[in-house]
Amino acid sequence: MTNSFSEFRNAKCFLCIGTNMTEAHPVAATFLKNAVRNGATLIVVDPRKQPLVKHAKLHAQIKVGTDVAFLNGLMYVLIKEDLYDKEFVEKNCLDFEALKETVMKYPPERAADICKIKPELIVEIAKTLASVKPAMLCYTLGITEHTCGKNNVMSTANLQMLLGNMGMESAGVNPLRGQNNVQGACDMGALPNVYPGYQKVIDPAAKEKFEKAWGVTGMSDKNGIMMPDMMDGLVSKKIKGFWIFGENLANSEPDISHVEHCLESAEFLVVQDIFPNETTKFADVILPSAAWSEDNGTFTSSERRINRVRSVKNPPGIAKPNWWIFKELAKHMGHNWPSNSGQELWDNEISVLAPAYSGVKYSRIENDGLQWPCPTVEHPGTKFLHKDGKFSHGKGVFKSVEWTPPAEVEDKDFPFVLSTGRRLYQYHTRTQTGRAGMDALYKEETADISVADAERLGIKHGEKVYVESRRGKVHVSARVTEEVPAGMVWMTFHYREGNANWLTNPAFDPETKTAEYKACAVNVYK
Amino acid sequence: MNITINGKQVEAREGQTVLQAALAAGIYIPHLCYHEKVGVAGKCRACVVEIEGMRGLQTSCSVIVKEDMNVTTNSPTVLNAQRLVVDLMLSSGTHDCLACEQNGNCELQDAAYYLGIERPSVQYGEINREFDISSEFIYVERNKCISCGRCVAACNNVVVNEVLDFGHRGHHTEIVFDADKKMGESTCVQCGECVQICPVGAIVEKKNKGRSRYWETQKVRTTCPYCGVGCQLELHVKDDQIVKVTGVEDAEPNKGRLCVKGRFGYDFIYSKDRLTTPLVKEKGQFREASWDEALGLIASKFKAIIEKDGPDAVAGVSCARSINEDSYSMQKLFRSVFKTNNIDHCART
Ligand code: SF4
Ligand code: SF4
Ligand code: SF4
Repeated sequence: MTNSFSEFRNAKCFLCIGTNMTEAHPVAATFLKNAVRNGATLIVVDPRKQPLVKHAKLHAQIKVGTDVAFLNGLMYVLIKEDLYDKEFVEKNCLDFEALKETVMKYPPERAADICKIKPELIVEIAKTLASVKPAMLCYTLGITEHTCGKNNVMSTANLQMLLGNMGMESAGVNPLRGQNNVQGACDMGALPNVYPGYQKVIDPAAKEKFEKAWGVTGMSDKNGIMMPDMMDGLVSKKIKGFWIFGENLANSEPDISHVEHCLESAEFLVVQDIFPNETTKFADVILPSAAWSEDNGTFTSSERRINRVRSVKNPPGIAKPNWWIFKELAKHMGHNWPSNSGQELWDNEISVLAPAYSGVKYSRIENDGLQWPCPTVEHPGTKFLHKDGKFSHGKGVFKSVEWTPPAEVEDKDFPFVLSTGRRLYQYHTRTQTGRAGMDALYKEETADISVADAERLGIKHGEKVYVESRRGKVHVSARVTEEVPAGMVWMTFHYREGNANWLTNPAFDPETKTAEYKACAVNVYK
Repeated sequence: MNITINGKQVEAREGQTVLQAALAAGIYIPHLCYHEKVGVAGKCRACVVEIEGMRGLQTSCSVIVKEDMNVTTNSPTVLNAQRLVVDLMLSSGTHDCLACEQNGNCELQDAAYYLGIERPSVQYGEINREFDISSEFIYVERNKCISCGRCVAACNNVVVNEVLDFGHRGHHTEIVFDADKKMGESTCVQCGECVQICPVGAIVEKKNKGRSRYWETQKVRTTCPYCGVGCQLELHVKDDQIVKVTGVEDAEPNKGRLCVKGRFGYDFIYSKDRLTTPLVKEKGQFREASWDEALGLIASKFKAIIEKDGPDAVAGVSCARSINEDSYSMQKLFRSVFKTNNIDHCART
């Protein structure tokens, strides 16, 4: 997030696109609802009538996978009617002309036709956005989990720059992160192209710096591969040794049959986790880990805040902290690592090697955490980025993009679009919530379908139906609901039985390699 | 500005109420309906005080401080009036503290203790309201409800879930869920904000019932293991068991608020399914192994693969739920020991 949760309070307007905040980030949603109560305008852009809609002034119920067309449509109106923030754009942004050229191809009539909404709504939303400031744009996986995910993200940034909603309080582009420490895993360099603190592995100076710090030579100077390519590499034998730490890939990745085939093909597979799950059964070696509350460390939240996590008990049996496991393995290969606790790792290695976190030390985050960038121990942390329109790389560059449809769209045999997400009472593949009593609140997967389709197909609420895609088929209860529009099926991947990932399409954004969980073609029948 | 409370000069801020100024100065005045999160309700009248120049007793929660104000909180008149209010509250319910979950952390008990009320002077006839145990994680014991209204205000104005309200009339007034449904059948999302703000033992969480008393537990601050909001939790720990979780008031970003997962989803770590020892697969079956054997095996396999097919023939995915220090260590292992950048994580789900 460029901005912070505490800034929700003073926002005058929210544009929530592809975020089911009340269920996926419930506490954030409470602050948003408080602001709306105090007069802020809420605009929701979502194919479903999800719970936020109740609080919204305007709801654009766009068709799944049409976000770029919608956002370009808004920008068309802003530019055509001269409603954008000219001063901000002139002072702080580059490539406005290219943006203009692209969005001029999306007059409201065309955008509305793609999105299956009324053109007047696009005009009204554009005018509303132009009339209030500051506005926060919030999004979640509804934006990223598309083959055009990166383009979706760029469009949200284009819009906020055009409106001048950047570099000030209660504005910005704010992706809410799904898992507690996705932000941290990125920050720590668990990515194939960057070291901790986003220092590029292809930069020789960065490589040298880390080689020196870690006391080695000969590290790789080329980008590694991303997870989907690792999985395929198991089949093609490009990858022979694979180590999975804490991810239940066999349930969480699209097209379970394919994923399981990949895992089966692994020559040597290590799985490190706290529970046996659908993935551990493919392992050659399983390593037992310390869980949350069994080790001291830090998580970094969506708002870039580095928070302390504390231990209250020992891990069960001889399970061990994860950092200990990696350190011991290094020892078995002749490397002696110095740090011997979360605090030593952070204070003596991470904060020293990554300038953005250099000012963060455990002694400073006993209570509230600090938000990076925080370069020195005197620095108070950064509440919002790009202050006064100063972007990290000089100016904010508009990256104009064209709309592209999902990789798989409805047809005669598979006339429904399947979209996926989360439910309030469960989390991911339920390895945690399923063992904390949450099953009592939502006990099995359902296929959420519209009242219209249910009537047309003679399906009653609670009745078992088949949902089938080109990749698989599941048998689940129908949940007939007003939330879902006709032509759509909505499901989750919380349960092994009826998991949406038997159906989802392993088509990926070419750059980010994020899978298109939000759209594939299915059929529904009794 | 300065005001005087019980003959003592205390500092007060513009706009503060007398109650807020007193509490900030460490002077206790019984109060049950006021809570800083939901603001002034002016309902319970437990906080009455005398203020020079104002006629009669004033509710300190609703009077704004003025320069040189002279306040008395401990005169016999004030204490008697406060006693009457608290006595009535005790009389109108079944406040038999022995097995009450709130015992030791109860604002009504604190008020009674401060005022020296041993037992209520009037014993009303038995008010037999059923316990509502229909909700998965929360139960409601209306016999202990003092109708302060904090939970109603919190559900509606803090978390804006709009479930709780007052229903029925007069003597029968009580808190209701939606249009008088059982809690478990209502639209309640079990965020537990009402539990956290209830001053007494009327809305209580089930998981801790009978397991620990407030003073037996250690309080440890930590961060929620679920979504990326990063809510700050207070773990209530007895021996090595987390018996309860509350939100840390005044903490960024959540200001004490939690959702159902953060508040009630903590006990997966105690599941009997946990992996407790390294396991090595032999002829399709897993058997237990020591750390030395398991790590030795991985080291030799990875070494062999790297020697034969090069470092880029190994790859790893890190965990987006585990601590930063774990992800750091894993990428360090892949980069500095295996010499590959084939390291990633589930950023995209
Ligand atoms: S609510 Fe308070 S006063 Fe009433 S029984 Fe419980 S502890 Fe005692
Ligand atoms: S648990 Fe939350 S939603 Fe339910 S009644 Fe209490 S405050 Fe309202
Ligand atoms: S309590 Fe709920 S909203 Fe807060 S971090 Fe945990 S899961 Fe997210």
